[in-house]
Amino acid sequence: MTELSIQLINLFASILLLLAFAMLAQRRVINLVHIYAMQGLTVVSATSIVAFVTHQEHLYYSAVMTLALKVFLIPLVLHRLIKRLDIRWDVETLINIPSMMLVGIVLVIFSFNLSLPISKLSTSVTPGTLGIALACVLLSFMMMITRSKALPQVIGFLSMENALVFAATSATYGMPMVVELGIALDVLVGVFILGVFMFQIREQFESLDISHLENLKEE
Amino acid sequence: MANPTLIDLVLWVISGWLVIGFLGILTLHKFTFVARVLFPLGGVGGLILALLALRSLNSGVDENRTLPIGLPQLIFHLRLDALSSFFLLVLGVVIFGVSIFSAGYFRNSAGTAPGLLALEFHFFIASMALVLISDDAYVFMVAWESMAMSSYFLVTANHKMPKIRAAGFLYLLVAHIGAIALLLSFGVLQANSGDYTFSNMRIQSLSPFWASVAFVLAVFGFGAKAGILPLHIWLPEAHPAAPSPVSALMSGIMLKIAVYGMLRVSFDLLHIHLWWWGVLLLVLGLGTALFGVIFAAVQSDMKRLLAYSSIENIGLLFSAMGLALLFYSYGMNTIAALALTACLYHVAAHAVFKSLLFLVTGSVLHATGERNLGRLGGLIRFMPWVAWLAFIGVLASSGLPPFSGFVSEWLLLQSFLFTPSLPQPILNMFIPVATASIALTAALAGYAMVKFFGVVFLGQPREEKLNHAQDAGLFEKIGMVWLAVVTLLLGLLPNLTIDLMEPVMRVLVGQGLAGESKSHGWWLLTPISIERASYSPVYFLIGIATAIAFTFILVRILYHARLRRSAPWAGGHAWTNSRMQDTAEGYGQPIRQVFEPFFSMKRQLPKPDDLEPKYEVIVSDKFWEGLYMPVVRLTEFLSALVGRLQRGRISIYLLYSFITLIFLLLLVPGVKI
Repeated sequence: MTELSIQLINLFASILLLLAFAMLAQRRVINLVHIYAMQGLTVVSATSIVAFVTHQEHLYYSAVMTLALKVFLIPLVLHRLIKRLDIRWDVETLINIPSMMLVGIVLVIFSFNLSLPISKLSTSVTPGTLGIALACVLLSFMMMITRSKALPQVIGFLSMENALVFAATSATYGMPMVVELGIALDVLVGVFILGVFMFQIREQFESLDISHLENLKEE
Repeated sequence: MANPTLIDLVLWVISGWLVIGFLGILTLHKFTFVARVLFPLGGVGGLILALLALRSLNSGVDENRTLPIGLPQLIFHLRLDALSSFFLLVLGVVIFGVSIFSAGYFRNSAGTAPGLLALEFHFFIASMALVLISDDAYVFMVAWESMAMSSYFLVTANHKMPKIRAAGFLYLLVAHIGAIALLLSFGVLQANSGDYTFSNMRIQSLSPFWASVAFVLAVFGFGAKAGILPLHIWLPEAHPAAPSPVSALMSGIMLKIAVYGMLRVSFDLLHIHLWWWGVLLLVLGLGTALFGVIFAAVQSDMKRLLAYSSIENIGLLFSAMGLALLFYSYGMNTIAALALTACLYHVAAHAVFKSLLFLVTGSVLHATGERNLGRLGGLIRFMPWVAWLAFIGVLASSGLPPFSGFVSEWLLLQSFLFTPSLPQPILNMFIPVATASIALTAALAGYAMVKFFGVVFLGQPREEKLNHAQDAGLFEKIGMVWLAVVTLLLGLLPNLTIDLMEPVMRVLVGQGLAGESKSHGWWLLTPISIERASYSPVYFLIGIATAIAFTFILVRILYHARLRRSAPWAGGHAWTNSRMQDTAEGYGQPIRQVFEPFFSMKRQLPKPDDLEPKYEVIVSDKFWEGLYMPVVRLTEFLSALVGRLQRGRISIYLLYSFITLIFLLLLVPGVKI
């Protein structure tokens, strides 16, 4: 349990937060996928360091799995999806990035406040990271709210899951293996289903703009 | 089982009905088999059930049985006691008649397949019987709800018509609101002991407040099923929508099941009885009776007329029950037994004659295709069987001696006459008013029945097609004759019937009437004492028969001795036709005028120069406008508000959960913003 490793984990946590803000402000779909992959990589690094420090063997498996799934497989799937849907150069019109950023900062402060009493009780190596993880969850949530296209929303959902995994590893040394496997499988299946849905939505409306779904509401 | 007990045999009958129902599913479209074999078989089941119940009443059994079906911790508790036996007897007798009638009634062309209809029908009667022998709240509610569901499907047998679907929905809605009240009532009755058997509820001692809560909830729940005043609206809609045998069952039996539930809860399960409960039932019952009969008098659809008449009779039943409760709460058990005897007598009488009348409407409907009184008339010449059977039902329904309706109404009035002995001066002042309104109800019931019989069967046919009306078929005749015979027996043998009720009275109020009622021989009914009042239907019958025979002979001998047909003085008319006779609307007009504040009427009068004048009056229920429409509007308004949440945009839905999340996190203790 070296000072260095704690510093490293804190560093990765802040990178994660930075990436969450980057995602919030990013207009380009393809860049979102890149950021998502980077986020996965950060989570992998943080997990391996925690595993190294605490000698928790199953965290290594978790790290390897995250690497395979979130750094390679899902971004690959998303890339292919983008290629097939031909939305590589799509640019989303976002409303008022600065004010979104400000709201994001409020959320970060809120989650730090929220996690303060929990962090005090925590016996883990890195008590401060819980606030960051929570902030990332909320930021990803906000990203899902502000986007109007289907793919960015899916990425927001995936990044929320990333933040949750990070919270689990850094605050409590990871969930039981079975739970983690379950979540990983859920995410994978979710991505495939969403991919299929996106094709269907485009077939139907010739666009991925989910504002078309408004027609579904009862008059 | 070497020597099966009665409750086992009852259970065999119930399972037999279920088997018949499932046979119906297997032979979904084999119309002849379903009609000629399954329905009569079910009727025989009814007869067996009636015999079993008779046996049980005579031997005074009280048998318990548990069935290991249902949820793991909740087995079915069943019990056959005097009260359930009495209602099972009524059920069995009516079902025999209705099932035999149904064998000839249902046609292949109805919306629901015949096999499915058989399933619903037998499921309905089986669940009604199960309600009667249930001994815990769980099986009671299961049976109660399956009764509601199966009758809903029976009501919507012709589900292709939107009006029938709407009527069915209304029925289902009211039934479910009532069921919720019942569930809550049982919840209060078990007094937090977690044991929902009736035997546990009997030993709980609730405080007067909670006992009253349970009672009021039960009144609401059972009242919704029975059609007590503000909850009666489904009845006049559902009865015309349902096929006639189903209306007969619903009006004849299902409403009585609600009365059974009310008796069970108020006299058996609750251990204390407050005097104002009786007053509540009395007021509700009288209001319902008066309301029902006034509306019955102005209807122009024959099944609606009968439906309103059922509301009236249910009102009478509830007021008899209220009176019994009132006496019972003051410890006047003998008079309570008298009022309860009136109530149970009317249960039996009404079950039989109202089923008979509904079956009559079924036969008329089949023969003519008309329900509207304005297009019927003169059917006694083409359908003599139906007409004469209807005559018996109508006389019983009007409460004329020597028929069954008279006995119960007479007993009810007798028990009303005992109210001056109540130790409460205010009640003593008010109850004469109630007595007067019972008398008014009885009189108006006669009025409505004269209208029913007179317009449908007497006079001239109002439509050309009525001249080709056919009398009922063999099965229909057997079913109706059976019910008519039972009506006559109930009217002529009141002492025997009261004997049957003796064990019921012992269960409910601790003592019966039998000791006194036949002390002067089987032909003379003396409910309290010979000095006070007595009634002998046999003497009445002999008197009436003598008078008729005498008149007949006099006419034959002293008058022309033959029928003379000649043109009557036509009052200056050049010609008369069937349109000139009194109509249903015309006949009901005085009532409409006198009781105008009760109705909301829409009149449409033709202009003087109209070449095709059309006079129309639509009489509707004020409760609908005054009570239900505001509720409907409020519900719609609130739903519209909730509907605004639905924007159709995922981001907004996400925002909802986001805000909820943040809000909940703010509630976490220790968070300081």
